[in-house]
Amino acid sequence: MSTIYPRRKALNGIMMTLCVVAAAIGLAWLGLILGALLYNGVAGLNIAVFTEMTPPPGQAGGLLNALAGSLVITVIAVILGTPVGILAGTYMAEYGRFSKLTTVVRFINDILLSAPSIIVGLFIYELVVRPMGHFSAYAGAFALAVLVIPVVVRTTEDMLNLVPNALREAGSAIGAPRWIVIRSVAYRAAMSGIVTGVLLAVARISGETAPLLFTALNNQFWSSNLNAPMASLPVTIFQFALSPYKEWQQLAWTGALIITLTVLGLSIIARSLTGRREG
Amino acid sequence: MTLVLTEQRADTRREKVVKRFALTDTIFAGISRAAAILVLVILGGVAVSLVVGSWEALSKFGFGFLTTESWNPVTENFGALAPIYGTIVTSGIAILIAVPIGIGIAIFLTELCPRPLRRPIGIAIELLAGIPSIIYGIWGLFIFAPFVQTTIQPFVIDAFKDIPVLSSLFAGPPYGIGVLTSAMILAIMVLPFVTSITKDVFDTVPAVLKESAYGIGCTTWEVIGRIIIPYTRVGIMGGVMLGLGRALGETMAVTFVIGNAHRISASLFAPGTTISATIANEFTEADGDLYTSSLISLGLILFFITLIILAAARYMLMRIGRKEGV
Repeated sequence: MSTIYPRRKALNGIMMTLCVVAAAIGLAWLGLILGALLYNGVAGLNIAVFTEMTPPPGQAGGLLNALAGSLVITVIAVILGTPVGILAGTYMAEYGRFSKLTTVVRFINDILLSAPSIIVGLFIYELVVRPMGHFSAYAGAFALAVLVIPVVVRTTEDMLNLVPNALREAGSAIGAPRWIVIRSVAYRAAMSGIVTGVLLAVARISGETAPLLFTALNNQFWSSNLNAPMASLPVTIFQFALSPYKEWQQLAWTGALIITLTVLGLSIIARSLTGRREG
Repeated sequence: MTLVLTEQRADTRREKVVKRFALTDTIFAGISRAAAILVLVILGGVAVSLVVGSWEALSKFGFGFLTTESWNPVTENFGALAPIYGTIVTSGIAILIAVPIGIGIAIFLTELCPRPLRRPIGIAIELLAGIPSIIYGIWGLFIFAPFVQTTIQPFVIDAFKDIPVLSSLFAGPPYGIGVLTSAMILAIMVLPFVTSITKDVFDTVPAVLKESAYGIGCTTWEVIGRIIIPYTRVGIMGGVMLGLGRALGETMAVTFVIGNAHRISASLFAPGTTISATIANEFTEADGDLYTSSLISLGLILFFITLIILAAARYMLMRIGRKEGV
């Protein structure tokens, strides 16, 4: 009997130490990745990155056209995807809260949420690029919009479900029809949550590369034509990082740093928006 | 007389307003319903477009597409076995690495961590999930792969060279890039998903159960192993499957470090390929309809594998969610 206690205690000690080690490993990875990114990215960070076009191999240059392309494609994707996502989320939380359709849509939406993004790229290729016969910024924006929708649907539904029913009943009691109650009461109460969802969606798509590879393709030059291939930051990083040229690799690191800071910044803003609600 | 008239007028006006409201409400309900249905249409559309796009290759190669290793754009002979193998092996190893570490972090966060540190550490782990996959790719290519090549691989090859099975598993020149390197990077990417879901399901365990176990003198580890993990088994499985779904479809990080070689080798240090890496690397360069169609067939296979895995994961998580609701 006296031998079993030290053994149990020792086992407990070992396992708990391993758990601490696991947490340390997780944090160490984050530190290593961010550290390498800062170290290599900052070295190439200068004003030329934001003012000059992507250079031909072996020359200095910047990322202006890639940054602008990413911005344009992301904005169009958000404009296309957000209304669909909010409306679908509205249906699931308001009109069809207890309907069978909602259960099915929620299940499918969760699958779309974690579906491989490269599959979405293939889908848009078949749907848009092949009939049009050429790659275009539109196609890239459509692909990213498909990725925006499930994120926004999910957060909108969750946030609308948190709005107390008493608020809706108060609206209905003074004679407001359902859609005015939704617009002026439910949306207003869930506003910060819905905005969070959109921000998370932007964070998600601004680093996406795979769906852009064969929709928006890439472009070495400045382009404002949405019907033609357009550069984007992630695809440019992909191309430059795998190249043998030192200047391109440096630009890839700097671009990677810009993307990461953007994405992490967005998710921290999103978190603080909902955090304030809880507090 | 005038009073009655104005009352009548007010009545008809009210009726009009009510009718208008009813109409706008129906329209709004219809639009939002249509948006919800659009979500279903998108998933259906993905499936249909992939089947249409892959028809040419699948009708030419038939079932043999799944069992052929050769991938030759010159002779236009394509088989999916090497990418399928690479996808399953990298994701499998990634899960094997990520699950113990992920559960360990979840235990640390729910049972051991001092309260003020819980939120910051939890957020830090979740930030790992927010980092775009291309960042893991560039980091893997320039930092991690050279480290593996100069430090880990020579050591492992040396250590296992006399042991029968392990020596062929860890054989070959140390390239740095390859199947194992990809799997390790995938493990880091999957880690936050496993951790956050495990943490969530750990929180569903009723305090009474834990307290009664502690009450009869269990150690923390015994409470975890005998109470918490059995109680949350289904939820943990759901989290693992969700992570597996992510790992299977992960593209950019793998594309950078797997080496894109269409062959199956016994060694984990050898370059290989996965379904998503093949598509990402070759799609824009594919000339000829059969080549493109074969790549879309690969996408179709990936789509069905992840669909089944993710559906199973969601089903399991729904079950644990229901348990929590009761």
